Formats: sequence, structure tokens, C-alpha cells
Amino acid sequence: MGQTPFVMQLLDSLAALLLLLSFAMLAQRRIATLVELFALQGGVLCAATLLLAWRTGDDNLLLSAALTLSVKVLALPWLLRRMIRRLGVYWDTDPLLNIPGTMLVGVLIVVFSFGLAQPISALASTATRSAIGIAVAVILLAFLTMITRRKAMSQVIGFLSMENGLFFGAMSATYGMPMVVELGVALDVLVAMLVLGVFFFQIREQFDSLDLDRLESHQGGR
Amino acid sequence: MRCESNAHPDPRSPDIAAVTAALGTPLAQILALLCAWIAIGAVGLVRPASLKIAGRTLFPLGAVCGVAIAAIAAAHLAQPPERMELVIGLPALPMHLRLDALSATFLVLLGAASAGISLFGAGYFRVGQGTAPGLLCFEYHLFLASMGFVLLADDAYAFMVAWETMALSSYFLVTSQHRIGEIRRAGFLYLLMAHLGALAILLCFGVLQGGSWRFTFDAMRAAHLSAGWAAAAFLLALAGFGAKAGLVPLHVWLPEAHPAAPSPVSALMSGVMLKIAIYGMLRVAFDLLHGLPGWWGLVPVALGLFSALYGIVFAAAQTDMKRLLAYSSIENVGILFTGIGLAMVFHGAAMPAVAALALIAVLYHALNHAFMKSLLFLGTGSVLHSTGERNLGRLGGLIHRMPWVAWLTLVGVLAIAGLPPLNGFVSEWLLLQAFLHAHEVPYPFVDMLLPLGAGLVALVAALAGYVMVKFYGVVFLGQPRESTLATAHDAGRMERAGLAWLALGCVALGLLPATIVPALGQVASSLGVGALPAGGGSWWMLAPLGPRSISYAPPIFAGTVIAGVLLTVFAVRLTYRRPVRRAPPWTCGGDALTGRTQDTAEGFGQPIRHLFTPWFAMRRSLPTPFDTAPRYSVEIGDRIWRALYEPLAGWVDRGAEVCAVFQRGRISTYLLYALATLCLLLALVL
Repeated sequence: MGQTPFVMQLLDSLAALLLLLSFAMLAQRRIATLVELFALQGGVLCAATLLLAWRTGDDNLLLSAALTLSVKVLALPWLLRRMIRRLGVYWDTDPLLNIPGTMLVGVLIVVFSFGLAQPISALASTATRSAIGIAVAVILLAFLTMITRRKAMSQVIGFLSMENGLFFGAMSATYGMPMVVELGVALDVLVAMLVLGVFFFQIREQFDSLDLDRLESHQGGR
Repeated sequence: MRCESNAHPDPRSPDIAAVTAALGTPLAQILALLCAWIAIGAVGLVRPASLKIAGRTLFPLGAVCGVAIAAIAAAHLAQPPERMELVIGLPALPMHLRLDALSATFLVLLGAASAGISLFGAGYFRVGQGTAPGLLCFEYHLFLASMGFVLLADDAYAFMVAWETMALSSYFLVTSQHRIGEIRRAGFLYLLMAHLGALAILLCFGVLQGGSWRFTFDAMRAAHLSAGWAAAAFLLALAGFGAKAGLVPLHVWLPEAHPAAPSPVSALMSGVMLKIAIYGMLRVAFDLLHGLPGWWGLVPVALGLFSALYGIVFAAAQTDMKRLLAYSSIENVGILFTGIGLAMVFHGAAMPAVAALALIAVLYHALNHAFMKSLLFLGTGSVLHSTGERNLGRLGGLIHRMPWVAWLTLVGVLAIAGLPPLNGFVSEWLLLQAFLHAHEVPYPFVDMLLPLGAGLVALVAALAGYVMVKFYGVVFLGQPRESTLATAHDAGRMERAGLAWLALGCVALGLLPATIVPALGQVASSLGVGALPAGGGSWWMLAPLGPRSISYAPPIFAGTVIAGVLLTVFAVRLTYRRPVRRAPPWTCGGDALTGRTQDTAEGFGQPIRHLFTPWFAMRRSLPTPFDTAPRYSVEIGDRIWRALYEPLAGWVDRGAEVCAVFQRGRISTYLLYALATLCLLLALVL
């Protein structure tokens, strides 16, 4: 590790920060804080991209850093904050699995992801290959966030955080996806956010709650 | 499109050859007419709400196409097979078509019978009955065309495409009044059975290709199957085509779907579609499948005899006129399968003449049933339209109000009851002749048991007569059972034309068997089953097994009957001098009886119901002596439904419940599945 240049060490610590933020999201019950954590995750991602762009001299990465900043740090958190205010959901109390239990499962998932990422890291030729395991862990932890939450709002944030993990994985494995794909994904996420926003309002209109448990008693044919 | 005709010398004269060259080969002409059917249907879609276009123009046009197809196919009956490859559909998988004697016979049936039904349909469909007339016209003609394509198909792919098109288009026709829940249920049951049957047929073709992995019928003809695989293919075909034809115990959809469908559709399904299934069975059993020991034919014989008896006994107990006819169709399908099995047994036992006789009996009966059952279903359609009643308990005396329908239906009733000189008698007579040779079969025990089948066939024929007396007597004779029947009106001109066409077919098939049997003999000889001995009879006398054997001369019989009736009438006119007094029917000259005191459908069927009590699952409600408005009602259930299908449905339900444990309708659970699957796949891949 002594030979690792300073920039790469910085990148590794940013990756570690990303993982830490994922755990923080897993443990957070206040939805407003969840949004801030998501914004912070976006910021860390943006910083990592910038660092990598400076290191590799790739202009495309610069562009995708700008994209991350505008969509994930500014636009989406702003949308989410507005929605929280409008809907008045501030808390996601009593998750399906209690917080310490979730954390334990999260630790297991991280171990699994690192085990999983080892052969890929050996194959990858990029400078950031050690971060692949973290990317997979971020994806799976976001998945876990979605599973353990009751409110539709926090599930959406989990979903967006999963996208962060994918983005980071792509970046560390192959220095980012092709620009077209990235633009498309960013647009998709925005559109999905708007559609989900409409859904939230509809769900609340129908059931007076954003609690997904309420939906279960309204399935057809049972 | 590539055409090739078999390189046989053309026996036709040069000018006929020139005409055919100009118009294409018979196969191309029939193909063009089938496409014309589809086009007619498509035109109906242009203005779906217009009854004028769909009913008054398109349906008669469809009838003309039908007659043309029948004529071309009839002319081709004695010609060698003709092939064609249509390069459509999937790449490198062209559709093979083939016109031979067997498919030509069934094309005659399809064209001729559907012509009558289309004519009737032109006057039958009204606005405001569920599906719009234009859409109905499309489904109807698509149904017709797909049946034609089934008959022409010469590879498994084309066959299955046409077969499924047939099933789907008929499903939509059955559920044309889809706003009624009962009809939707009947349609679903039909679709379910049709798909199960199609699955069996698909598997049958899979076995028949015999490892060559080529699915043309030619490859199947050339394939060599071991006895075990041949038996598997045969049983799959029996299940698949039996489900479509309504062989017991796969008959359950029939009594539900036929009453649910509009009458022309019931007529088409019962009269023609069931015969397409018979065609499929014949095609597999006598053309595609080789290496099957002849005694396997005993399976269809046994199932067929049971179906025949079962169908007719249940028909006797029905009180819904269309349901009664549906059960009678099961009976006739049973007779057809009996004949098929018999022909297989004789074929396997190297008795070519009798095998040919049995096969001809099957083909003849298929033709007959197409005409007479269509006629009867259309008759019930007219009755249904003018009275709004299907229940026999609310009909009666309609012969005075609807003379055309009543007299034309009478022809069908007499024919299906198997009375000479009409057509039903001929085929049953042929089948019985074949049965009477069953003792010559070289299998032990079979030679003793099989002739007993002749007794069963005779019993079924007698019961069919009984059922038809009930059907006709309760609907058309006697006095009206409801006061509303006084406003019943006769069928319109188009409907009469359709009925008359079919009745004419019944009479022609009954009077000219000596011309038709040799023509059908072409089918038997082209399939290699055997040939009838030559020189038996002439145009007026049928002697299928040679000049010195048993014979039947329908024109002489008909002449005798007519002369006898006329002589009696004259004799009565000459001798009876007193004035004539008219009394209400069935009152023995008095006038004390009313519509309510007549024999009812339930009452007429009671003896049969009593004799076959263990067959029925009955629920009866008897009035007590103190009822002021006594009502007797009986509900007749099908034991096979309760013993076989209800447990089956229960198992499916329970299986679904087990699966439902995993399907909680909870987003978190689904996400957990996704996560678990993702982790598992990642762990597997890496």
C-alpha cells in the first residue's frame, strides 16, 4: 500500500466514505435526514469522479461529474425535500427489521460483496479496482434499505442510492459508462422521480397514508 | 409461391386442362377461396356496426365461396394429391399444403354445410346482441377459413397455426354475448379444453416425426416408430382430437359451449368443427402413423361406443333444446370414433374390403351429421329468435306458427333419427354392416365381443329416435305451453333458404348413396386402407360388398313410402264421407286438455332417466300436496364432471394456493426475492 499514490489513497477514502454513508442511510429513520445523506452520497460520488477525471485526464468523466452534481446533489434532493414538505412524511418509524439487526445483515452483505468483487478486481486493469467491492456493497445495501422500509418515500431514496452504487461501480471498473448511457440513466432517474411523485400523491389520496402495508389489503382476487 | 403437381398423366380433355391452367390448380383455387373468406371477413370490419353490409351482403358471398369450394373439392376427389409450398411465416419454415382425397372430402363437407349456415346467418344476426355484426362476420369467416387451412395443411407447423386460429376464432364466436357471465364461463371452459387438446396434438406431432426433426407430414409418413412410440402418438392424437370432437370423458365443454353460442355458430361448431377433429384423427391414424398394431383400434371403439350411449342418454334427459342437441352431437361423435376404431381393427387384420366399408361409414356419417345437426341447430335458432325461449318446457305447438321451420326441421329430425330414406340411415346401416363382419377378426375374444358393439349401435340409434321424437314433439307439436308463443313468427327468407339448402343436402345424401359411396371409396383406397369390391349395385341401389351381398335401394324405398302415403290419403278421401271437425292437438278429439296438461320434456325423458339412474347426478325438488302453485324441477348433473373435473380443479386450486404463499403482495418481500436472486446469481457466476 505504501506505493499507492496520494490521489488513489484519496479515492479509496472517498469510496470508504460512500460505504459509510450507505450504512448511515440504512440506520436513518428520519426521512429528511435520509435525503441529506443521499445528497451527501451524491457529493462524494461527484468528488470521486472529479478526482478520477483529473487523474486520467478524461473529459467525459468531467462531464459526468457535472451531471452527478446537477442531478444527484441538487435536483433530486430538492425534489425530494419539496415532496416531503408537501406530503408531510418526516419519519419512517418501526422498519420491518430493527436497526441493529439491519446493520448486522449489512455487515454480512459487505463481506459477501468483497468476496464477490475479488475475481473482478483481479481482472480489471483500472487504477480504482479496489473500489469495485465497495460499489457492489453500496448497491446491495441500498437494496436492503428498500427491503426494510415501510414508507414508499424511503424506498425511492433507496432506489436512487442503488443507482449511485451502479454509477460508482461502472466508474471504478471501466472509468465510467459511455456518455450516452449516463445521460440516459440520469434522465430516466429524473423522470422516474417525477412519476413516483405523482404516484405518491395518488397513493395518499386513496389510502390516506404512504404506508405500503395499506396496499397489501387491496390486492385483486384474494 | 411454388406449385408442383404430381407427375401423373392428366386424364382430362385438353380444353379442361386449358381452363385449369388459366385458373390455376384446384389447390390454388381453393386457397384463393379461403383467402376470399378472410377478405370477406375483413370487409366486415370496415363498418362493424352495419348489419346491412355484414348480414345482407357478406354472409351470402361467404355462402357462394363455400359452394365453390365444395364443387372444386368434389371434382378433385378422384385426382392424385396435389402439393404447394407457401413461403410465408417464419424464415426457412415454409407452409406445406396438400390436397388429397381425404382433405377434399372434408372440404366438400366444410363448403357445402357452411354455405347453408352462412345463408341462414345472413338473416339471423341482429343488431344489439353483444358483438357487433361486422366483427362477428370477421370472426365467422376467419373461423371458416382456418378450418379450410387445417384441411389443407401438410406440415405440423401449418396445421397447428390453423388449428389454433380455429380454436381462438370460435372462442370469440362462442362468447359473442360476453356480457352474460354464464357464457363467459362456457367460453373459458371451451378455450381450456381446446388448449389442452392442442397441447396433446402438438406432442403427438413431436412423437410422429420419429427423430428426423422435420415436421412435414411427408417426413412423418416416412418415419419408422417403434410400437411403443406409435401407441403413444396414437393415444395423444386420440386425446387431442377427442377433446375437440367431444369424446367422453373430454366432452364437458360441448354441452356448455353450444347453448352459449349464437345458433349459426353452434351449427358450425357442431356440424363442421367437430368433423375437422375427426379429419385430424383420420389423418393421423390412417395416413401419418405406421407400425401400430390393429388392435389399438379397440380403444376408440370402446370410447366411441361409451360416448354414443352416454351422449344419447343425457340428451334424453335434457330440457334445454340446444343442450339436447349438444349431447346428441356427443353421441354422433361417439359413433364416428367407433367407426374409426373399427376400420383400424379391420385394417390391422388384413380385411381391406370391410376396413374400407367402416371408413366409408365414418366419412358418410361425418357428411350426414354436418348437414342434419347444422339443420337442427339452425332450427333451434329460428325458434329462439321468434320466441326467446330455449327451455323445452315453455315451447310447443310451433308448427302452426312457424310452418317453414317446422317442416324443414322435420327433415333433419327424421334424418338424425336414422329413418330411411334419409341420410342418417345410410351411414348407420353401413356401420352396422361393418360390425356384422367383426366376428371374422383373427383376435381371440375380440371376435366374440366386437359384434356386441353392433347391438350397442342399434340401441343408440333407437334412443336417438326417441330423443328426436321428444325434441320435435315438444317444440313443434301439441299446444303452446305459454301464451306468449302465439306471437311467434316464421323465419325470414334468408333463414329459410339456409334451412332448405341443408334439408336438401340431407335428402340428396339419403337418396344417392350409390353414387356417393364409391366416391368416398376413393379416400379409403388412396389411404391404402382398402377398396370395396367393384360392381355392386347401380345408381339406385347400394350394394357395398359386392352384388351378391346385402343391398339397399333408397329410391325404391322412398317411392314405396310415398306411394303408400298417397294411397292411404286417397283411400280415406274415397271412403270417408262425414264432415271434418278440427280439435286442438293431442286432446283425442275433445277440448278438455290445455297446454299445461301435455306431456313435458321432463316427463318424456323420465323413463330413460329412470333406467340409467346411476349415470345421472340428479337433484330433484318435488312439490308437496299442499302447494298452491306446484312446480316440479329436476337438475341433472354430469357424474364425470363431479368425479373427474372437480377434483382436478381442486388440485389446481390447491397448487395455486401453495404458490400464493410466495406471492404475498408485499413490496418488501418481492424486493427480498430480487436481492436473494441477485446474490445467488452473482455467487454462481463468479
